[in-house]
Amino acid sequence: MGTETEYGIIAPGIPDANATVLSTQVVNAYAATLREGLGNLAGTRWDYTDEAPLSDARGWQLGRAAADPSQLTDQPPVLTAEQVAMVDQGPIDSPEDTAVLMNLVLGNGARLYVDHAHPEYSSPEVTSPLDAVRWDRAGDVVVQCAMERIARTPGFSPVILYKNNTDSKSVSYGSHENYLVPRSVPFGKIAAALIPFFVTRQVICGAGRVGIGALNQSPGFQLSQRADFFENEVGLETTVRRPIINTRDEPHAVAEKYRRLHVIIGDANLSEVSNFLKLGTTSLVLALIENELAPIPEIAEPVRELQAVSHDPSLRHLVTLADGRRVTALDVQEIYLEAARSAVDLQGGGDEQTAAVLRRWESLISTLRTDPMDAAQQLDWVAKLKVLEAYRDRDSLEWKDPRLALIDLQYADLRPAKGIHYRLAARGAMERLVSEEDVLAAASNPPRDTRAYFRGRCISSFPKEVVGASWDSIIFELPSQRRLQRIQTREPLRGTAALTERLFDGSRTAEEFVSRLQGGPEPSMAP
Amino acid sequence: MATQDQRNTGSRPQEQDEVAPDPTPAPAAGQSQDTSQTEGVDDLLDEIDGVLESNAEEFVRGFVQKGGQ
Repeated sequence: MGTETEYGIIAPGIPDANATVLSTQVVNAYAATLREGLGNLAGTRWDYTDEAPLSDARGWQLGRAAADPSQLTDQPPVLTAEQVAMVDQGPIDSPEDTAVLMNLVLGNGARLYVDHAHPEYSSPEVTSPLDAVRWDRAGDVVVQCAMERIARTPGFSPVILYKNNTDSKSVSYGSHENYLVPRSVPFGKIAAALIPFFVTRQVICGAGRVGIGALNQSPGFQLSQRADFFENEVGLETTVRRPIINTRDEPHAVAEKYRRLHVIIGDANLSEVSNFLKLGTTSLVLALIENELAPIPEIAEPVRELQAVSHDPSLRHLVTLADGRRVTALDVQEIYLEAARSAVDLQGGGDEQTAAVLRRWESLISTLRTDPMDAAQQLDWVAKLKVLEAYRDRDSLEWKDPRLALIDLQYADLRPAKGIHYRLAARGAMERLVSEEDVLAAASNPPRDTRAYFRGRCISSFPKEVVGASWDSIIFELPSQRRLQRIQTREPLRGTAALTERLFDGSRTAEEFVSRLQGGPEPSMAP
Repeated sequence: MATQDQRNTGSRPQEQDEVAPDPTPAPAAGQSQDTSQTEGVDDLLDEIDGVLESNAEEFVRGFVQKGGQ
């Protein structure tokens, strides 16, 4: 599994700044930081060969002409010469360093790039929810480094990044999750069992939002940043007419064996507990689907209920099921919890993280039933609401007061001194699951148990020779070879430290590495 | 979930779950804790007052994003 975060971005000193230019500044500032600190540049061309954003899991292809331009994510954005001049920043040591980068593949196996008008961090592939939290937070550290560098670069106006999903005017940008699922599981079953789960999981992983409606038409507070921006149940789009279940079928792996479930309905979480449970509970529900044990408490009108649940922080709203029953979002979550618990028990109990997910899920459902405000140390939306209510009490503020909108926005401010989430965490008011040292290490080092290890080590061991990369390939340019060497990594669970660490440690040059990989003494490794 | 599933094959019993401490915060009990909680909230709001951007209305109006995924 893995996560993707599109960060909100502004330069308060340049109100009309082009967002693509600012996002490019972020990518290049991080490249400059890497050059300075490590002496090597992880700037890499993205290999778009295997990208297929218009391929639909339901079995067809959308024509390029019929697609919204923003759906064409398999083409890099283009800057004008004037915009390039606004991005360039030192230190400039050699001509190749002056190239403006729109994409970086990082030594931790992640991708940092310009996606439309936002900088995006896509985490490396991991195998557990706690690792997902670790490498997701590593992305926040990466863009914080970039933000700090821009702030101290002469001639550049400071940029502020936000880990949120809407400007509360009309626009939303995503925070996605990806799960590896066997191709043999029919897509229709995945969609049917996930829709009621996704409609209701916001009680645990919502990030909270001030304002109701995609256009912020009415004042108030709601659980989710994203809920008001969804219009469909199932579909291919991610930027317009957003669906609860996204059908983009771009596996980035052996297509005959796997699909990559691309989940676009989550909020970006700063709370580690929210994030841990978002990834952990969704994984458990997918396991239920794979084993044909998933409950399907079918909801009569999923899109309408998604918004109704979000609009009721008391969590008492009754969702109407297709069979006529009326239940709360917590009831629906409990249906999935019980099914997951029984399935895990049947298998003789899960590993320690599975047990932790189940225990926390149950405990939070129970806390939220009693008094949602008691979950303020665990959940983003509750932590945010608690601060907002305290301001309302002290200063008698109406929901339409701009100070409350500012608190909503600044909760997600990634500057540690300014961000309200970070201020709460520094006071010990947010429960943490991973240490700062762990997160810093994850910003430089890849997970050891997926192909991200192979990608990350290639980037950090052979920065000169690796000229391109993607989720499922690494491209080497070797002095002795006339042609580029493209090494495929289409099995997400290969290319691990267990399989390739010795090969990396034992190869002094990229030439030696590639030659041993392609038929040297060791058996074939990553590909 | 294929990945997590593979880790779920029962290598450890369920009760070994030191990853996560008890998520439920101890509920406040008694008058003195109520007072200290109120002070905590005042103190928190003072701190947030100190970091909030100065012109809320203008700042919020200036936070305009282009669409994303």
